Amino acid sequence: MLDDFLTRAILAGLGLVLVTGALGSFVVWRRMAYFGDATAHATILGVALSFAFSAPLYLGTLGVALAVALIVAHLSARGQTVDTVLGVLAHGALALGLVAASFVPSLRSDLDAFLFGDILLVSRADLVWIWGGAALVLGLLVWRWQRLVTASVNEELAMAAGIDPARERLILSLALAIVVAIAIRIVGALLISAMLIIPAAAARGFARTPEQMAGSATAIGAISVLAGLGASFWLGTPAGPSVVAVSAVIYTFSLICYGKG
Amino acid sequence: MSALIQATDLSVSHAGSQMPVLRGVDFRIDPAEIVTVVGPNGSGKSTLVRALLGHVDLTSGRVRRMAGLRIGYVPQRVHIEKALPMTVRRFLSLPRRVGDAEAGAALARTGVPGLESRQITALSGGQFQRVLLARALLNDPQLLVLDEPTQGLDQPGIVAFYELIEDVRAETGAAVLMVSHDLLVVMRASDRVVCLNGHVCCEGTPQVVSAAPEYRALFGAGSPGALALYQHHHDHDHDHVADEGGHAHRHGPDCRHQH
Ligand SMILES: Nc1ncnc2c1ncn2[C@@H]1O[C@H](COP(=O)(O)OP(=O)(O)OP(=O)(O)O)[C@@H](O)[C@H]1O
Ligand SMILES: [Mg+2]
Repeated sequence: MLDDFLTRAILAGLGLVLVTGALGSFVVWRRMAYFGDATAHATILGVALSFAFSAPLYLGTLGVALAVALIVAHLSARGQTVDTVLGVLAHGALALGLVAASFVPSLRSDLDAFLFGDILLVSRADLVWIWGGAALVLGLLVWRWQRLVTASVNEELAMAAGIDPARERLILSLALAIVVAIAIRIVGALLISAMLIIPAAAARGFARTPEQMAGSATAIGAISVLAGLGASFWLGTPAGPSVVAVSAVIYTFSLICYGKG
Repeated sequence: MSALIQATDLSVSHAGSQMPVLRGVDFRIDPAEIVTVVGPNGSGKSTLVRALLGHVDLTSGRVRRMAGLRIGYVPQRVHIEKALPMTVRRFLSLPRRVGDAEAGAALARTGVPGLESRQITALSGGQFQRVLLARALLNDPQLLVLDEPTQGLDQPGIVAFYELIEDVRAETGAAVLMVSHDLLVVMRASDRVVCLNGHVCCEGTPQVVSAAPEYRALFGAGSPGALALYQHHHDHDHDHVADEGGHAHRHGPDCRHQH
């Protein structure tokens, strides 16, 4: 069954949305969207590096994404204006990655696949990376759930309860880096942020607790993956954009049904 | 009796300003004591509270908190992102989960029974303040730290609040550290008052403080209530202020001077 590329693509997509629902909710609550963009764009540099050194793909994307997460965490702890730093990092790394990719002949032809995702390219090894990474991050989120939610609600209240908000922020940053790195095959570097934010934003309208929002966002993400990959398969549209387009449509419906959320 | 929190020679500066917000502050609070910090806006009351809780870096001095101290904290300002859906009930279970009965009782106690299913961002200011207080009362705190807890409360709410604080202290032996501008009530409800203006201007029992020249310099002889209350009840004490365990610490008649 795993020989069928569509089955593999669906499994990969579902593995990804297993974490994007909960993690994307944190991204929305904590306004980390720009941070997600910076990390995701930087993964193109990681792709170029792994091609250049014939290293495993995910080693490159993971390495660069984690490095960017740590750099941003370090800079923001020192009180730099994070928005500006993120802008420089996000676009600087993307530009650098594209330049680096142009020096790698084997990469030039499938660069699009890494920018927008390509279901045809999902292999069994990809599945292992995606499900492994997703399980790791999901485990991390479940384990620290109460602390992460408290720190997201209010840092002063969290501190008084003995929670270190800086540590929880770092954990979310690292989790985000892992998810961004494993998502490169499915939605690509340019759209993973959308995959995090849009289902969570769509879930906001009808959620009354953080858990409901994370759960609904996961369900909306799964529907988007199934419908988007279906469209990609039957209509020949690019995978990543199709998945994101479906979630955007769901978001629009949620706005109509639940007001401005 | 060992202090719950003891601070010695505390100084705090905020990033980007050379003037320290707090200079050489000594502070302690003992079990079952109600201590109120008063002082003008910007005098460093919230900064002191946050320093005592260990939320801000100190420029000098040290703070010792009793090991394992359980604190119920109501900050002066709590902003909750609208993008984060949160019922009152769920909020009370952060970070430690509490049972429905316990949550309901805490809400009833602070005068907002039955609010469990409401969204926290959809509460009125006073309702939210009461929910914050309810949350602080959970988990059997040994110390309540309340930064302007009566802001936004209606008049009966303020009276009920101070009664509640007294009750909690009597029942559980919890100490209370409060920041307040309700001078009139503070003078009645506190065991000890600390008058702060970057440094401790004066401190002691409400009687001592309201008679201190530093306090009068800050709040003016016309400050409503406090002084009148004091004079009304304690006229005969005037000459004995210093003998009454009044604070030896004197800064000259005008506490407003920065030095
Ligand atoms: N994060 C900050 N960065 C820089 N300066 C700050 C910061 N927080 C407070 N300050 C300054 O420190 C001083 C003391 O502030 P603080 O909040 O402790 O005053 P306060 O006594 O609680 O006042 P209020 O009665 O208005 O609540 C003020 O001058 C304020 O401008
Ligand atoms: Mg204050």
